Amino acid sequence: MTPGLAMFYGGMVRANSTLNMIMMSFVTMGTVGVLWALYGYGMAFGNSVGGAGIIGNPIPLLGLHGAMGAATAGTIPAMAFVAFQAGFAIIAVALVSGAVADRMTFPSWILFTILWATLVYFPAAHWVFAFDGFAADKGGWIANKIGVIDFAGGTAIHINAGIAALMMAIVLKPRIGFGSKPMRPHNMTLVMLGAGILWFGWFGFNAGSALGANGTASHAWVTTLVATSAAMLAWLATERIRDGHFTSLGAASGVVAGLVAITPACAAVTPIGAIVVGVAAGILCALAVGLKFKFGYDDSLDVVGVHLVGGLTGTLLIGLLASDKAPNAINGLFYGGGFTQLGKQAIGAFSVLIYSAIVTLLIGLFLKAVMKIRVAPQAELDGIDLEEHAEVAYDLSSVRYTTYRVNQRLVIPASKPEEVKA
Amino acid sequence: MKLVTAIVQPHKLADVQLALAKHGVSGMTVSESSGYARQHGHSEIYRGEEFTIDFVLKVKVEILVTDKGADEVVAVIAAAARTGEIGDGKIWVTTVDEVVRIRTGEKGEIAV
Repeated sequence: MTPGLAMFYGGMVRANSTLNMIMMSFVTMGTVGVLWALYGYGMAFGNSVGGAGIIGNPIPLLGLHGAMGAATAGTIPAMAFVAFQAGFAIIAVALVSGAVADRMTFPSWILFTILWATLVYFPAAHWVFAFDGFAADKGGWIANKIGVIDFAGGTAIHINAGIAALMMAIVLKPRIGFGSKPMRPHNMTLVMLGAGILWFGWFGFNAGSALGANGTASHAWVTTLVATSAAMLAWLATERIRDGHFTSLGAASGVVAGLVAITPACAAVTPIGAIVVGVAAGILCALAVGLKFKFGYDDSLDVVGVHLVGGLTGTLLIGLLASDKAPNAINGLFYGGGFTQLGKQAIGAFSVLIYSAIVTLLIGLFLKAVMKIRVAPQAELDGIDLEEHAEVAYDLSSVRYTTYRVNQRLVIPASKPEEVKA
Repeated sequence: MKLVTAIVQPHKLADVQLALAKHGVSGMTVSESSGYARQHGHSEIYRGEEFTIDFVLKVKVEILVTDKGADEVVAVIAAAARTGEIGDGKIWVTTVDEVVRIRTGEKGEIAV
């Protein structure tokens, strides 16, 4: 999924920032992949320290020591669960990169992935995903004490990354020319390819969260399909009415909005409920992406508008649309379950949102204080790819590349002042 | 009639365009161009091999003006395109023998 995200984001930036955008996703696979094995899995799924549900104890799982051999998570080998959940950790962090496009220095991004994964994602994953008696005796407080339904990560991943994106966009300030220069996607085919890879990978995420090839997985697969289909149609309809055209960026964005919204709800709602979730997410996210111009924060690739808004939509709609016919077997408000589940969903969603907002802001301000967090204005204007990676994604002008190093191979005689004057 | 040709930094094109529009210049031709003078090119590195590319990306602006208008247009471009750094570019003026507006067949200053 994360390579899909890399393409989705990579196509959406201007041509001379493409590689940096893709690299931010790739390097996250590096940092968070390693951290996950060192201590991340332990912090998220280790036995809760003091049974408080705040953070897992990573000590027995350092280097995945306690996950090897016969160890199990539920009914599956612990290592299978480690590998599956690594994907969640990586993409949650990578999602934030969409808000810092074109301008954040690469070293500060690398450090951000390490700090944010450690201080924000691993704890949030523990709260939401660690069930008592599954991978360890005691799990997280949101999953066990509150009883929030978040099947595959609406709260822990999308609300979490969405609000973090907003904080980083505020800390970094807008790109030069934000709102006045056309900052449009340079390669829509790459965006569509990325959205397609995401959709495909997401079936694995949501259905896979059943942790078995069973009825729950099948149900999640179907709801993931129909919610996404409905969200794409809803986004396209919103655009047609508002702007007059069905755009390909609208289709790709609608797909992602639908996937985000159904992620927490895929085992809680019926297929009809999933269509409602999709339509709501498609319309709300299509309207939300315009807010950045109104409020002046440069959430470059709409992480807030799609992931925060979509994540909140899906998480809260569970409180209304959950049906006991679905695998989670809980009724929401519309199915006679009253306000109980809606209240729980709201507590879970806003707890993660507030925690993530505060800690991400502190991480952003810390990075800004100790290192260069933004590239120089000239480098930003010339394109961050060359500055940070010494590469370019495309030969935008073939003429420039027909020769190289001529000046260094020849000794050019210095011109005489009188010749220049003449 | 004169042809004013300016080589400017790509990111200053918007400023040049705006300044010329405010000055009353209602049209121009722009093209991407590459070259070098005092500004160095850039280095790219692929698997450790460094490629120093000499040519720097610039934008060429060309405007046809009447004989009287040339000096002012040059001054407007120079002011708008200037950052003070090496690589700001150059402006030159050349004399034009004839201009024809293709649609109407008009010739000379009226076609500028």
